[in-house]
Amino acid sequence: MKTRSNTTARSQRKLNYAYGLILFLLALTGFAQMPIFKRYYIADIPGLGWLAEFYTTHFLHYLGAAAILAIAAYFAAEFFLVTRKYRRLSASGGVRAAILLGIIVSGILLVIRNTFFVPFSPQVVIVLLLAHLGLTMAFLLVLLYCRLAGKPWTVPRHEEAQS
Amino acid sequence: MSESISRRSFLKGGIAAAGSAAALAVPSVAAAGNSGDGQLATLLDIRKCIGCGACVEACRETNGHKFPEPEKPFPKMYPSRVKVEDWSDKRHVRDRLTPYNFLYIQHAEVEVNGGKETINIPRRCMHCVNPPCVNLCPWGAARQYKNGISRIDYDLCLGGSKCRNVCPWSIPQRQTGVGLYLDIMPSFAGNGVMYKCDRCYERVARGKKPACIVACPANVQKIGPRNEIIREAHEIAEEIGGYIYGETENGGTNTIYVSPVPFEDLNSAIEKGAGRPHLAPADNAMDKAENLTAAMLIAPFAGIAAAAVKTYSFINKSGQAGKDKGEAS
Ligand code: HEM
Ligand code: SF4
Ligand code: SF4
Ligand code: SF4
Repeated sequence: MKTRSNTTARSQRKLNYAYGLILFLLALTGFAQMPIFKRYYIADIPGLGWLAEFYTTHFLHYLGAAAILAIAAYFAAEFFLVTRKYRRLSASGGVRAAILLGIIVSGILLVIRNTFFVPFSPQVVIVLLLAHLGLTMAFLLVLLYCRLAGKPWTVPRHEEAQS
Repeated sequence: MSESISRRSFLKGGIAAAGSAAALAVPSVAAAGNSGDGQLATLLDIRKCIGCGACVEACRETNGHKFPEPEKPFPKMYPSRVKVEDWSDKRHVRDRLTPYNFLYIQHAEVEVNGGKETINIPRRCMHCVNPPCVNLCPWGAARQYKNGISRIDYDLCLGGSKCRNVCPWSIPQRQTGVGLYLDIMPSFAGNGVMYKCDRCYERVARGKKPACIVACPANVQKIGPRNEIIREAHEIAEEIGGYIYGETENGGTNTIYVSPVPFEDLNSAIEKGAGRPHLAPADNAMDKAENLTAAMLIAPFAGIAAAAVKTYSFINKSGQAGKDKGEAS
Protein backbone atom coordinates (compact mmCIF):
# COMPACT_ATOMS: atom_id res chain seq x y z
CA MET A 1 0.00 0.00 0.00
CA LYS A 2 2.73 2.35 1.05
CA THR A 3 4.91 1.60 -1.97
CA ARG A 4 2.00 2.24 -4.29
CA SER A 5 1.19 5.67 -2.90
CA ASN A 6 4.90 6.49 -3.12
CA THR A 7 5.02 5.66 -6.81
CA THR A 8 1.78 7.57 -7.35
CA ALA A 9 3.29 10.60 -5.67
CA ARG A 10 6.42 10.21 -7.75
CA SER A 11 4.56 10.04 -11.05
CA GLN A 12 2.44 12.98 -9.89
CA ARG A 13 5.63 14.92 -9.26
CA LYS A 14 6.88 13.99 -12.73
CA LEU A 15 3.67 15.30 -14.24
CA ASN A 16 4.07 18.52 -12.28
CA TYR A 17 7.60 18.94 -13.60
CA ALA A 18 6.35 18.29 -17.13
CA TYR A 19 3.66 20.93 -16.60
CA GLY A 20 6.24 23.47 -15.41
CA LEU A 21 8.53 22.69 -18.32
CA ILE A 22 5.72 23.04 -20.85
CA LEU A 23 4.70 26.38 -19.32
CA PHE A 24 8.27 27.60 -19.55
CA LEU A 25 8.51 26.51 -23.20
CA LEU A 26 5.19 28.23 -24.01
CA ALA A 27 6.11 31.47 -22.29
CA LEU A 28 9.57 31.56 -23.92
CA THR A 29 8.35 30.75 -27.43
CA GLY A 30 5.30 32.96 -26.91
CA PHE A 31 7.39 36.02 -26.10
CA ALA A 32 9.63 35.08 -29.01
CA GLN A 33 6.62 35.81 -31.25
CA MET A 34 7.44 39.45 -30.65
CA PRO A 35 10.62 40.68 -32.31
CA ILE A 36 12.52 41.33 -29.07
CA PHE A 37 15.03 38.54 -28.55
CA LYS A 38 17.20 39.64 -31.45
CA ARG A 39 17.05 43.35 -30.62
CA TYR A 40 18.07 42.70 -27.04
CA TYR A 41 20.95 40.33 -27.85
CA ILE A 42 19.34 37.30 -26.21
CA ALA A 43 19.44 35.44 -29.52
CA ASP A 44 23.18 36.20 -29.68
CA ILE A 45 23.87 34.00 -26.67
CA PRO A 46 25.41 30.82 -28.09
CA GLY A 47 22.73 28.16 -28.36
CA LEU A 48 19.86 30.62 -28.26
CA GLY A 49 19.96 31.79 -31.89
CA TRP A 50 16.79 29.83 -32.63
CA LEU A 51 14.87 32.30 -30.45
CA ALA A 52 15.10 34.80 -33.32
CA GLU A 53 13.84 32.31 -35.91
CA PHE A 54 10.14 32.98 -36.02
CA TYR A 55 9.11 29.78 -37.77
CA THR A 56 11.07 27.69 -35.24
CA THR A 57 9.59 29.39 -32.19
CA HIS A 58 6.14 29.34 -33.74
CA PHE A 59 6.43 25.59 -34.33
CA LEU A 60 7.66 25.02 -30.78
CA HIS A 61 4.83 27.18 -29.40
CA TYR A 62 2.35 24.97 -31.25
CA LEU A 63 4.10 21.87 -29.90
CA GLY A 64 3.88 23.28 -26.38
CA ALA A 65 0.23 24.18 -26.97
CA ALA A 66 -0.59 20.57 -27.91
CA ALA A 67 1.26 19.39 -24.80
CA ILE A 68 -0.48 21.84 -22.44
CA LEU A 69 -3.85 20.89 -23.91
CA ALA A 70 -3.16 17.22 -23.13
CA ILE A 71 -1.82 17.80 -19.63
CA ALA A 72 -4.45 20.39 -18.67
CA ALA A 73 -7.20 18.06 -19.88
CA TYR A 74 -5.60 15.28 -17.85
CA PHE A 75 -5.47 17.36 -14.66
CA ALA A 76 -9.02 18.61 -15.17
CA ALA A 77 -10.41 15.15 -15.84
CA GLU A 78 -8.56 13.69 -12.88
CA PHE A 79 -9.93 16.43 -10.68
CA PHE A 80 -13.52 15.94 -11.79
CA LEU A 81 -13.36 12.14 -11.70
CA VAL A 82 -11.50 11.56 -8.45
CA THR A 83 -9.88 14.41 -6.56
CA ARG A 84 -13.11 16.41 -6.32
CA LYS A 85 -14.46 13.90 -3.80
CA TYR A 86 -11.77 14.73 -1.27
CA ARG A 87 -10.46 18.14 -2.20
CA ARG A 88 -11.77 21.35 -3.67
CA LEU A 89 -10.10 24.05 -5.76
CA SER A 90 -8.49 26.73 -3.60
CA ALA A 91 -9.22 30.39 -4.31
CA SER A 92 -5.84 30.87 -5.98
CA GLY A 93 -6.31 27.55 -7.79
CA GLY A 94 -9.57 28.86 -9.21
CA VAL A 95 -7.90 32.07 -10.36
CA ARG A 96 -5.07 30.11 -11.99
CA ALA A 97 -7.49 27.74 -13.71
CA ALA A 98 -9.58 30.61 -15.04
CA ILE A 99 -6.59 32.53 -16.43
CA LEU A 100 -5.11 29.41 -18.00
CA LEU A 101 -8.46 28.64 -19.59
CA GLY A 102 -8.53 32.15 -21.04
CA ILE A 103 -5.00 31.72 -22.45
CA ILE A 104 -5.93 28.36 -23.95
CA VAL A 105 -9.19 29.57 -25.47
CA SER A 106 -7.60 32.67 -27.03
CA GLY A 107 -4.69 30.51 -28.23
CA ILE A 108 -7.01 27.99 -29.87
CA LEU A 109 -8.92 30.78 -31.62
CA LEU A 110 -5.63 32.19 -32.93
CA VAL A 111 -4.64 28.76 -34.23
CA ILE A 112 -7.97 28.53 -36.03
CA ARG A 113 -7.29 31.96 -37.51
CA ASN A 114 -3.87 30.75 -38.72
CA THR A 115 -5.14 27.52 -40.23
CA PHE A 116 -8.44 28.40 -41.81
CA PHE A 117 -9.11 31.26 -44.13
CA VAL A 118 -10.00 34.58 -42.34
CA PRO A 119 -12.80 33.58 -39.99
CA PHE A 120 -12.33 36.62 -37.73
CA SER A 121 -12.37 40.35 -38.32
CA PRO A 122 -9.11 42.27 -37.78
CA GLN A 123 -10.56 43.82 -34.61
CA VAL A 124 -11.30 40.41 -33.11
CA VAL A 125 -7.78 39.23 -33.91
CA ILE A 126 -6.30 42.24 -32.12
CA VAL A 127 -8.46 41.55 -29.06
CA LEU A 128 -7.43 37.87 -29.11
CA LEU A 129 -3.73 38.72 -29.37
CA LEU A 130 -3.88 41.30 -26.58
CA ALA A 131 -5.95 38.96 -24.38
CA HIS A 132 -3.52 36.09 -24.97
CA LEU A 133 -0.54 38.31 -24.13
CA GLY A 134 -2.22 40.11 -21.21
CA LEU A 135 -3.50 36.89 -19.64
CA THR A 136 -0.05 35.35 -20.05
CA MET A 137 1.55 38.21 -18.14
CA ALA A 138 -1.14 38.01 -15.44
CA PHE A 139 -0.67 34.24 -15.22
CA LEU A 140 3.09 34.53 -14.75
CA LEU A 141 2.59 37.10 -11.96
CA VAL A 142 -0.03 34.98 -10.21
CA LEU A 143 2.18 31.89 -10.53
CA LEU A 144 5.08 33.76 -8.99
CA TYR A 145 2.90 34.91 -6.10
CA CYS A 146 1.50 31.41 -5.51
CA ARG A 147 4.99 29.97 -5.62
CA LEU A 148 6.36 32.46 -3.07
CA ALA A 149 3.30 32.28 -0.82
CA GLY A 150 3.14 28.48 -1.10
CA LYS A 151 -0.45 28.45 -2.30
CA PRO A 152 -1.71 25.00 -3.34
CA TRP A 153 -4.10 24.37 -6.25
CA THR A 154 -6.49 22.34 -4.10
CA VAL A 155 -7.33 22.13 -0.38
CA PRO A 156 -9.03 19.28 1.57
CA ARG A 157 -12.80 19.41 1.96
CA HIS A 158 -12.70 19.87 5.75
CA GLU A 159 -16.36 19.33 6.46
CA GLU A 160 -16.59 16.03 4.66
CA ALA A 161 -13.20 14.90 5.90
CA GLN A 162 -14.19 15.44 9.56
CA SER A 163 -17.61 13.90 9.45
CA MET B 1 2.89 0.04 -8.79
CA SER B 2 1.02 -1.36 -11.77
CA GLU B 3 -1.26 1.65 -11.61
CA SER B 4 1.47 4.17 -12.26
CA ILE B 5 2.90 2.01 -15.03
CA SER B 6 -0.42 1.61 -16.75
CA ARG B 7 -1.04 5.33 -16.56
CA ARG B 8 2.36 6.16 -17.92
CA SER B 9 2.04 3.72 -20.78
CA PHE B 10 -1.42 5.08 -21.45
CA LEU B 11 -0.11 8.60 -21.60
CA LYS B 12 2.47 7.37 -24.08
CA GLY B 13 -0.17 5.44 -25.97
CA GLY B 14 -2.35 8.51 -26.05
CA ILE B 15 0.45 10.64 -27.42
CA ALA B 16 1.29 8.04 -30.06
CA ALA B 17 -2.38 7.82 -31.01
CA ALA B 18 -2.57 11.60 -31.21
CA GLY B 19 0.47 11.56 -33.46
CA SER B 20 -0.85 8.99 -35.90
CA ALA B 21 -4.30 10.54 -35.99
CA ALA B 22 -2.60 13.88 -36.62
CA ALA B 23 -0.77 12.41 -39.60
CA LEU B 24 -4.07 11.19 -41.02
CA ALA B 25 -5.90 14.43 -40.44
CA VAL B 26 -3.21 16.69 -41.88
CA PRO B 27 -4.15 16.83 -45.56
CA SER B 28 -7.74 17.84 -44.87
CA VAL B 29 -6.72 20.57 -42.42
CA ALA B 30 -4.09 21.95 -44.75
CA ALA B 31 -6.46 21.79 -47.70
CA ALA B 32 -9.16 23.67 -45.82
CA GLY B 33 -6.65 26.35 -44.94
CA ASN B 34 -5.42 26.86 -48.46
CA SER B 35 -8.42 26.63 -50.74
CA GLY B 36 -8.61 30.38 -51.30
CA ASP B 37 -12.34 30.16 -52.01
CA GLY B 38 -13.85 33.57 -52.54
CA GLN B 39 -10.48 35.27 -52.98
CA LEU B 40 -9.68 37.49 -55.92
CA ALA B 41 -6.47 36.89 -57.78
CA THR B 42 -4.56 38.83 -60.42
CA LEU B 43 -3.16 37.37 -63.60
CA LEU B 44 0.04 38.84 -65.01
CA ASP B 45 0.75 37.85 -68.58
CA ILE B 46 4.35 39.05 -68.62
CA ARG B 47 4.75 38.41 -72.35
CA LYS B 48 2.77 41.59 -72.87
CA CYS B 49 4.65 43.89 -70.46
CA ILE B 50 6.63 46.56 -72.30
CA GLY B 51 8.22 47.87 -69.12
CA CYS B 52 6.85 51.37 -69.58
CA GLY B 53 6.32 51.85 -65.85
CA ALA B 54 2.83 53.38 -66.21
CA CYS B 55 1.64 50.99 -63.48
CA VAL B 56 4.38 52.16 -61.14
CA GLU B 57 3.41 55.80 -61.63
CA ALA B 58 -0.29 55.00 -61.20
CA CYS B 59 0.44 53.17 -57.96
CA ARG B 60 2.48 56.06 -56.57
CA GLU B 61 -0.20 58.54 -57.51
CA THR B 62 -3.14 56.51 -56.20
CA ASN B 63 -1.46 55.44 -52.98
CA GLY B 64 0.62 58.55 -52.37
CA HIS B 65 -1.60 59.60 -49.47
CA LYS B 66 -0.48 56.47 -47.62
CA PHE B 67 3.22 57.24 -47.89
CA PRO B 68 5.03 58.03 -44.63
CA GLU B 69 5.81 61.58 -43.54
CA PRO B 70 8.39 60.88 -40.84
CA GLU B 71 9.28 63.35 -38.12
CA LYS B 72 12.93 64.24 -37.91
CA PRO B 73 15.20 63.94 -36.06
CA PHE B 74 14.34 60.32 -35.33
CA PRO B 75 14.20 59.30 -31.66
CA LYS B 76 17.44 57.65 -30.61
CA MET B 77 16.96 53.88 -30.53
CA TYR B 78 18.54 51.40 -28.14
CA PRO B 79 20.48 49.20 -28.37
CA SER B 80 22.64 50.75 -31.04
CA ARG B 81 22.31 47.73 -33.34
CA VAL B 82 18.77 48.89 -34.18
CA LYS B 83 19.21 50.62 -37.50
CA VAL B 84 17.27 53.53 -38.91
CA GLU B 85 15.65 52.76 -42.26
CA ASP B 86 14.95 56.06 -43.92
CA TRP B 87 13.59 56.35 -47.46
CA SER B 88 12.07 59.80 -47.06
CA ASP B 89 14.96 61.43 -48.93
CA LYS B 90 14.94 58.73 -51.59
CA ARG B 91 11.29 58.85 -52.55
CA HIS B 92 12.21 58.92 -56.23
CA VAL B 93 13.68 55.38 -56.15
CA ARG B 94 11.75 53.22 -58.62
CA ASP B 95 14.00 50.22 -59.17
CA ARG B 96 13.05 48.34 -56.02
CA LEU B 97 10.33 48.13 -53.37
CA THR B 98 10.46 50.93 -50.80
CA PRO B 99 7.92 52.51 -48.41
CA TYR B 100 7.30 54.96 -51.29
CA ASN B 101 7.26 52.39 -54.08
CA PHE B 102 4.93 49.40 -53.70
CA LEU B 103 5.51 48.18 -57.26
CA TYR B 104 8.51 48.07 -59.58
CA ILE B 105 9.51 46.42 -62.85
CA GLN B 106 12.15 43.70 -62.96
CA HIS B 107 14.02 43.12 -66.20
CA ALA B 108 15.30 39.72 -67.29
CA GLU B 109 17.52 39.23 -70.32
CA VAL B 110 16.68 35.70 -71.39
CA GLU B 111 16.68 33.43 -74.40
CA VAL B 112 13.25 33.02 -76.00
CA ASN B 113 12.92 30.68 -79.00
CA GLY B 114 16.63 30.97 -79.71
CA GLY B 115 16.79 34.77 -79.59
CA LYS B 116 17.77 37.16 -76.77
CA GLU B 117 14.82 39.04 -75.35
CA THR B 118 14.11 41.27 -72.36
CA ILE B 119 11.19 40.19 -70.27
CA ASN B 120 9.67 42.73 -67.89
CA ILE B 121 8.09 41.56 -64.68
CA PRO B 122 5.97 43.87 -62.47
CA ARG B 123 6.67 42.93 -58.84
CA ARG B 124 4.76 43.67 -55.67
CA CYS B 125 3.14 41.76 -52.79
CA MET B 126 1.87 38.34 -53.93
CA HIS B 127 -1.20 38.44 -51.62
CA CYS B 128 -0.72 34.90 -50.36
CA VAL B 129 -3.83 32.78 -49.81
CA ASN B 130 -2.72 32.11 -46.22
CA PRO B 131 -0.28 34.98 -45.64
CA PRO B 132 2.42 34.44 -43.00
CA CYS B 133 2.91 38.22 -42.70
CA VAL B 134 -0.68 38.43 -41.43
CA ASN B 135 -0.74 35.24 -39.38
CA LEU B 136 2.48 36.02 -37.57
CA CYS B 137 2.05 39.75 -36.96
CA PRO B 138 2.15 39.89 -33.15
CA TRP B 139 -0.19 42.90 -32.95
CA GLY B 140 -2.76 42.16 -35.60
CA ALA B 141 -1.61 45.20 -37.58
CA ALA B 142 -1.39 43.06 -40.71
CA ARG B 143 -4.72 41.66 -41.78
CA GLN B 144 -6.30 39.79 -44.64
CA TYR B 145 -9.70 40.45 -46.16
CA LYS B 146 -12.10 37.88 -47.53
CA ASN B 147 -11.27 39.03 -51.06
CA GLY B 148 -7.70 37.85 -50.54
CA ILE B 149 -6.10 41.26 -49.98
CA SER B 150 -3.53 41.41 -47.23
CA ARG B 151 -2.79 44.84 -45.84
CA ILE B 152 -0.76 46.42 -43.07
CA ASP B 153 -2.63 48.95 -40.94
CA TYR B 154 -0.19 51.86 -40.89
CA ASP B 155 -1.82 53.28 -37.75
CA LEU B 156 -1.13 50.10 -35.75
CA CYS B 157 2.13 48.78 -37.18
CA LEU B 158 5.12 49.17 -34.82
CA GLY B 159 7.73 48.47 -37.48
CA GLY B 160 9.38 45.44 -35.89
CA SER B 161 9.69 44.08 -39.46
CA LYS B 162 8.67 40.56 -38.49
CA CYS B 163 6.38 40.49 -41.54
CA ARG B 164 9.33 41.09 -43.85
CA ASN B 165 11.29 38.43 -41.98
CA VAL B 166 8.60 35.77 -42.42
CA CYS B 167 7.54 36.76 -45.96
CA PRO B 168 9.02 34.32 -48.49
CA TRP B 169 9.73 37.33 -50.75
CA SER B 170 10.65 39.89 -48.02
CA ILE B 171 8.08 42.27 -49.49
CA PRO B 172 7.18 44.79 -46.70
CA GLN B 173 9.50 47.79 -46.48
CA ARG B 174 10.23 49.89 -43.40
CA GLN B 175 10.26 53.60 -42.76
CA THR B 176 11.60 54.77 -39.40
CA GLY B 177 10.17 57.77 -37.57
CA VAL B 178 6.45 57.29 -38.22
CA GLY B 179 3.57 55.50 -36.55
CA LEU B 180 2.35 54.27 -33.23
CA TYR B 181 5.75 53.36 -31.74
CA LEU B 182 6.50 57.07 -31.39
CA ASP B 183 3.71 57.28 -28.80
CA ILE B 184 4.86 54.27 -26.74
CA MET B 185 8.57 53.75 -26.05
CA PRO B 186 10.27 54.88 -29.26
CA SER B 187 13.74 54.24 -27.92
CA PHE B 188 13.11 50.70 -26.78
CA ALA B 189 10.42 49.09 -28.92
CA GLY B 190 9.39 49.38 -32.54
CA ASN B 191 11.09 51.15 -35.40
CA GLY B 192 8.50 52.79 -37.63
CA VAL B 193 5.97 51.30 -40.01
CA MET B 194 6.07 48.60 -42.71
CA TYR B 195 4.67 49.43 -46.16
CA LYS B 196 3.60 47.31 -49.09
CA CYS B 197 1.01 46.93 -51.85
CA ASP B 198 -2.49 46.61 -50.39
CA ARG B 199 -3.90 45.84 -53.84
CA CYS B 200 -5.72 49.18 -53.73
CA TYR B 201 -8.10 47.84 -51.10
CA GLU B 202 -10.24 50.99 -51.03
CA ARG B 203 -10.73 50.94 -54.78
CA VAL B 204 -11.51 47.21 -54.78
CA ALA B 205 -14.01 47.70 -51.95
CA ARG B 206 -15.80 50.23 -54.18
CA GLY B 207 -15.90 47.74 -57.03
CA LYS B 208 -13.04 49.38 -58.94
CA LYS B 209 -9.90 47.73 -60.23
CA PRO B 210 -6.46 48.37 -58.71
CA ALA B 211 -4.77 51.44 -60.19
CA CYS B 212 -1.87 49.55 -61.76
CA ILE B 213 -4.25 47.29 -63.69
CA VAL B 214 -6.24 50.19 -65.11
CA ALA B 215 -3.18 52.25 -66.06
CA CYS B 216 -1.44 49.55 -68.09
CA PRO B 217 -1.50 50.30 -71.84
CA ALA B 218 -0.69 46.68 -72.67
CA ASN B 219 -3.37 45.01 -70.54
CA VAL B 220 -0.79 42.91 -68.74
CA GLN B 221 -2.89 42.38 -65.63
CA LYS B 222 -6.33 41.10 -64.94
CA ILE B 223 -8.25 40.59 -61.68
CA GLY B 224 -10.97 38.04 -60.97
CA PRO B 225 -12.06 35.09 -58.83
CA ARG B 226 -9.04 32.93 -58.03
CA ASN B 227 -10.28 29.74 -59.69
CA GLU B 228 -11.11 31.58 -62.92
CA ILE B 229 -7.76 33.36 -62.97
CA ILE B 230 -5.96 30.06 -62.44
CA ARG B 231 -7.94 28.39 -65.19
CA GLU B 232 -7.10 31.20 -67.57
CA ALA B 233 -3.43 31.10 -66.58
CA HIS B 234 -3.33 27.41 -67.44
CA GLU B 235 -5.05 28.01 -70.75
CA ILE B 236 -2.47 30.60 -71.73
CA ALA B 237 0.41 28.48 -70.46
CA GLU B 238 -0.84 25.52 -72.45
CA GLU B 239 -1.32 27.59 -75.57
CA ILE B 240 2.17 29.09 -75.52
CA GLY B 241 3.96 26.18 -73.84
CA GLY B 242 4.59 28.56 -70.97
CA TYR B 243 5.11 28.50 -67.22
CA ILE B 244 3.20 29.60 -64.13
CA TYR B 245 4.43 31.20 -60.90
CA GLY B 246 2.35 31.98 -57.81
CA GLU B 247 -0.26 29.27 -58.00
CA THR B 248 1.40 26.90 -55.54
CA GLU B 249 4.25 29.02 -54.16
CA ASN B 250 4.01 29.47 -50.38
CA GLY B 251 0.95 27.21 -50.43
CA GLY B 252 -0.76 29.40 -53.02
CA THR B 253 -0.87 33.13 -53.77
CA ASN B 254 -3.30 35.48 -55.46
CA THR B 255 -0.74 36.76 -57.94
CA ILE B 256 -0.39 34.42 -60.89
CA TYR B 257 2.42 35.09 -63.39
CA VAL B 258 2.46 33.44 -66.81
CA SER B 259 5.76 33.39 -68.68
CA PRO B 260 7.00 32.00 -72.01
CA VAL B 261 10.28 30.95 -70.34
CA PRO B 262 10.89 28.90 -67.18
CA PHE B 263 10.92 30.90 -63.97
CA GLU B 264 14.32 29.41 -63.10
CA ASP B 265 15.70 31.31 -66.10
CA LEU B 266 13.95 34.52 -65.10
CA ASN B 267 15.06 34.10 -61.50
CA SER B 268 18.70 33.81 -62.46
CA ALA B 269 18.45 36.77 -64.85
CA ILE B 270 16.81 39.32 -62.53
CA GLU B 271 18.58 41.45 -59.99
CA LYS B 272 17.74 40.16 -56.52
CA GLY B 273 18.38 41.49 -53.03
CA ALA B 274 16.81 43.85 -50.50
CA GLY B 275 13.52 45.11 -51.93
CA ARG B 276 14.04 42.99 -55.05
CA PRO B 277 12.11 39.73 -54.64
CA HIS B 278 13.16 36.44 -56.24
CA LEU B 279 11.17 34.16 -58.53
CA ALA B 280 12.44 30.93 -56.97
CA PRO B 281 10.31 28.07 -55.63
CA ALA B 282 8.80 28.84 -52.21
CA ASP B 283 7.50 26.12 -49.91
CA ASN B 284 4.40 26.71 -47.81
CA ALA B 285 5.83 28.62 -44.86
CA MET B 286 2.93 27.79 -42.51
CA ASP B 287 2.99 24.09 -43.37
CA LYS B 288 4.87 22.77 -40.36
CA ALA B 289 2.72 24.61 -37.85
CA GLU B 290 -0.45 23.55 -39.66
CA ASN B 291 0.59 19.94 -39.32
CA LEU B 292 0.54 20.40 -35.54
CA THR B 293 -2.99 21.75 -35.57
CA ALA B 294 -4.37 18.23 -35.86
CA ALA B 295 -2.25 17.11 -32.91
CA MET B 296 -3.83 19.96 -30.93
CA LEU B 297 -7.28 18.68 -31.79
CA ILE B 298 -6.49 15.28 -30.37
CA ALA B 299 -4.36 16.29 -27.37
CA PRO B 300 -7.21 17.05 -24.94
CA PHE B 301 -8.89 13.72 -25.68
CA ALA B 302 -5.60 11.93 -25.06
CA GLY B 303 -5.35 13.71 -21.69
CA ILE B 304 -8.93 12.88 -20.71
CA ALA B 305 -8.50 9.28 -21.81
CA ALA B 306 -5.36 8.92 -19.69
CA ALA B 307 -7.18 10.31 -16.64
CA ALA B 308 -10.17 8.03 -17.26
CA VAL B 309 -7.91 5.00 -17.49
CA LYS B 310 -6.22 5.95 -14.26
CA THR B 311 -9.59 6.34 -12.52
CA TYR B 312 -10.86 3.09 -13.95
CA SER B 313 -7.85 1.09 -12.80
CA PHE B 314 -8.10 2.80 -9.41
CA ILE B 315 -11.74 1.78 -9.00
CA ASN B 316 -11.05 -1.65 -10.37
CA LYS B 317 -8.27 -2.16 -7.88
CA SER B 318 -10.45 -1.11 -4.92
CA GLY B 319 -13.03 -3.61 -6.15
CA GLN B 320 -10.36 -6.26 -6.43
CA ALA B 321 -9.22 -5.52 -2.89
CA GLY B 322 -12.80 -5.86 -1.67
CA LYS B 323 -13.12 -9.28 -3.32
CA ASP B 324 -9.93 -10.45 -1.71
CA LYS B 325 -11.45 -9.70 1.65
CA GLY B 326 -14.41 -11.82 0.76
CA GLU B 327 -16.87 -8.99 0.18
CA ALA B 328 -18.68 -10.16 -2.90
CA SER B 329 -19.89 -7.28 -4.99
C1 HEM C 1 0.38 29.03 -20.62
C2 HEM C 1 0.35 28.87 -21.86
C3 HEM C 1 0.73 29.90 -22.91
C4 HEM C 1 1.55 30.98 -22.83
C5 HEM C 1 2.34 31.44 -21.63
C6 HEM C 1 1.54 31.63 -24.12
C7 HEM C 1 2.22 32.79 -24.45
C8 HEM C 1 2.13 33.45 -25.63
C9 HEM C 1 2.66 34.75 -25.92
C10 HEM C 1 3.40 35.63 -24.92
C11 HEM C 1 2.36 35.05 -27.20
C12 HEM C 1 2.70 36.33 -27.94
C13 HEM C 1 1.50 37.22 -27.87
C14 HEM C 1 1.52 38.32 -28.85
O1 HEM C 1 2.24 38.22 -29.85
O2 HEM C 1 0.78 39.29 -28.67
C15 HEM C 1 1.66 33.95 -27.74
C16 HEM C 1 1.18 33.87 -29.02
C17 HEM C 1 0.42 32.82 -29.49
N1 HEM C 1 0.01 31.71 -28.79
FE1 HEM C 1 0.39 31.31 -26.92
N2 HEM C 1 0.73 30.93 -24.95
C18 HEM C 1 0.23 29.86 -24.25
C19 HEM C 1 -0.64 28.90 -24.68
C20 HEM C 1 -1.10 28.81 -25.96
C21 HEM C 1 -2.00 27.80 -26.42
C22 HEM C 1 -2.58 26.69 -25.56
C23 HEM C 1 -2.19 28.04 -27.74
C24 HEM C 1 -3.04 27.30 -28.73
C25 HEM C 1 -3.82 26.32 -28.49
C26 HEM C 1 -1.41 29.20 -28.11
C27 HEM C 1 -1.36 29.76 -29.36
C28 HEM C 1 -0.75 30.93 -29.66
C29 HEM C 1 -0.79 31.56 -30.93
C30 HEM C 1 -1.51 31.02 -32.16
C31 HEM C 1 -0.07 32.74 -30.82
C32 HEM C 1 0.15 33.80 -31.87
C33 HEM C 1 1.25 33.44 -32.71
C34 HEM C 1 0.75 33.66 -34.05
O3 HEM C 1 0.64 34.83 -34.43
O4 HEM C 1 0.41 32.66 -34.70
N3 HEM C 1 -0.75 29.65 -27.00
N4 HEM C 1 1.51 32.98 -26.77
S1 SF4 D 1 3.92 38.07 -50.39
FE1 SF4 D 1 4.77 38.49 -48.37
S2 SF4 D 1 3.86 40.44 -47.79
FE2 SF4 D 1 2.62 39.64 -49.49
S3 SF4 D 1 0.95 38.47 -48.50
FE3 SF4 D 1 2.60 37.01 -48.91
S4 SF4 D 1 3.77 37.01 -46.99
FE4 SF4 D 1 2.53 38.84 -46.98
S1 SF4 E 1 -2.55 46.88 -56.58
FE1 SF4 E 1 -2.59 49.05 -56.00
S2 SF4 E 1 -1.15 49.15 -54.31
FE2 SF4 E 1 -0.73 47.23 -55.33
S3 SF4 E 1 0.88 47.68 -56.81
FE3 SF4 E 1 -1.07 47.93 -57.90
S4 SF4 E 1 -1.56 50.09 -57.68
FE4 SF4 E 1 0.02 49.63 -56.17
S1 SF4 F 1 2.01 49.53 -67.22
FE1 SF4 F 1 1.75 47.50 -68.08
S2 SF4 F 1 3.26 47.41 -69.73
FE2 SF4 F 1 3.79 49.18 -68.49
S3 SF4 F 1 5.28 48.38 -67.03
FE3 SF4 F 1 3.32 48.21 -66.03
S4 SF4 F 1 2.60 46.15 -66.50
FE4 SF4 F 1 4.27 46.61 -67.93
